[in-house]
Amino acid sequence: MRPLTPRRVAWICAGLGVVLFAAAVISLRMGAYPISVVDIVKTLFSGAVGHWEGIPSEYRSIVFNIRLPRILLGILVGASLSTAGAGFQALLRNPLADPYVLGVSSGAALGAIISLIVAPHTPGAIQLAAFAGAAATTAAVYFLGRRGGQLDSATLLLAGIVAASFLSAIIMFLMTTLSGRDLRGMAFWLMGDLGSTLPTNPLPWFEGLFAVFVLAAGAIYATSSDLNLILTGEQEARHLGVNVHRVKLVVYIAASVLTGLAVSVSGTIGYVGLLVPHVMRMMFGTDYRLLIPTSAIGGAILVVLADTLARSVVSPTELPVGAMTALAGAPVFIYLMRRRVR
Amino acid sequence: MNAATGSGAPATSPAILSPRTPGVRLKVEQASYAYAATDRSAPKFTLGPTSFEANQREMVAILGPNASGKSTLLTLLAGMARPLSGRIEVDGVEVSMLDLRTRAQRIALVQQESELLFPLRVWEYVLQGRYPYGKRLRFESEEDCLLAGNALAQVGADALRDRWMDQLSGGEKQRVILARALAQQPSLLLLDEPTQHLDIGGKVELLRRLRRLADDSRYTVLVVTHELNLAAEFSDRIVLLHKGKCLRVGTPAEVYDRALLEEVFEAPLDVEMRESGRPRVILGGNH
Repeated sequence: MRPLTPRRVAWICAGLGVVLFAAAVISLRMGAYPISVVDIVKTLFSGAVGHWEGIPSEYRSIVFNIRLPRILLGILVGASLSTAGAGFQALLRNPLADPYVLGVSSGAALGAIISLIVAPHTPGAIQLAAFAGAAATTAAVYFLGRRGGQLDSATLLLAGIVAASFLSAIIMFLMTTLSGRDLRGMAFWLMGDLGSTLPTNPLPWFEGLFAVFVLAAGAIYATSSDLNLILTGEQEARHLGVNVHRVKLVVYIAASVLTGLAVSVSGTIGYVGLLVPHVMRMMFGTDYRLLIPTSAIGGAILVVLADTLARSVVSPTELPVGAMTALAGAPVFIYLMRRRVR
Repeated sequence: MNAATGSGAPATSPAILSPRTPGVRLKVEQASYAYAATDRSAPKFTLGPTSFEANQREMVAILGPNASGKSTLLTLLAGMARPLSGRIEVDGVEVSMLDLRTRAQRIALVQQESELLFPLRVWEYVLQGRYPYGKRLRFESEEDCLLAGNALAQVGADALRDRWMDQLSGGEKQRVILARALAQQPSLLLLDEPTQHLDIGGKVELLRRLRRLADDSRYTVLVVTHELNLAAEFSDRIVLLHKGKCLRVGTPAEVYDRALLEEVFEAPLDVEMRESGRPRVILGGNH
């Protein structure tokens, strides 16, 4: 009997943090202007301590103004989607649940597009609208996925797939009829992309987005003991003292916020929320107290690496990052499905 | 076997789990329940006024054919629904007034296990029984592990602790589910048809174990079952339900009346009284 301790969670997360740092350094190195790994680490360190002596100004500008913001965006999006995926899997008691598969990402994208049409210059409107779209789609899919008062696993997934294609059709319709407005490309909303325009001074923008992420992911993490019990059966969880309704409401809102957050800045990147929690379960077990933080870091690693590949394999052209995650995600997921998940 | 009147409390060693509150008793006073399918439809009674008591160290069997109100009664006893009338008290406190965690510290319900979404080790499963004793986000303490280990030992499932739940046999799984309930350190153990998927050897072993838990560890045990003879052999008290009504409460000898059982179970039955003073039910001659 070796129960999970906070110390073990911290060590595993620290290990994954090192992997994420390595992924970020690899990603920082990729690009038209060559900078060595040593110089990248030196530049990052100088930036962290605030002493720029001996660091060429172009390094500073390339690392901190061009490449790092995109990596931070990848970290934010990957961590949000994976945490949301792990949350949806527990909420819906379905191991195949994921914001993309359930159509929740498409709902968020539609919300974001509508906000860009209606209120293009209102700060925060796009995030709020994406959250509303995500929450509305989750609720719709949840109710469509019920049969005889019970949530049915296959019906739920079918409802999600139908919702995703229906919402994608509306997105395409809006994009076609409203072309000429600044709505980013169709590929952005349907496949996901991290290369869209970041604000000129991204730091305060990131602070706000990361604060929302920490709040929503923290809310899901706070329910992780409850989620462990809900995964063994809602009725049993209730008998063991879990307030199942409250936990489900918290996870529903927080997972919708995280999906809305990710989609509002990167479009619909698929399979991250499905793939990462499964890989983390295989590596570290099914305990949500460990699964939530490892999924968040694992999702960040996946999206940073996928984006690095997306912008380097057919350089100078860029692939949408969603195409990379789908290319990698779909076959790996089939492999996982055919293996016994343990 | 009947320890309800036993006075000399056996010393419980610290290694053995026992209810935290001594002197526990369950009091059901005229508790009834009805539900309405919609707001406008007339409520349908699924349980008429029912009264009985259970002391510590007692084992009570709730008997009745299908749709007799057994599940409704169990739902009320577990505090998952509030009685329409009457009251149900555990340790002198009304069950429906207890908050979720306090209730889980006093009452443990053993049901057929639902399908696990992801595989789980036996010890992880049993540790879940410690959930009511911590904050919302909790990591298990050494004491939790000790208590979970003791619970496994108490049901003879020590050797199973590192096995996967989905690789256990029916009898092994039943013992592990019982261990999780014991890890809750409840006063009241409720079991919903625990013998359902067990062979006769497994059924007898489980009921002996429950009897020992009542006798030695002062639990109050309530079992919903269809097993008339096993209930007669092991229980101190029988609650007989039929079509949502509580027909009779008493010792097996008091309740096992041939005409009554034939009427309730709609089958030709004979009741024999054994030397032990406990009745035995056999199929009647005219079947």
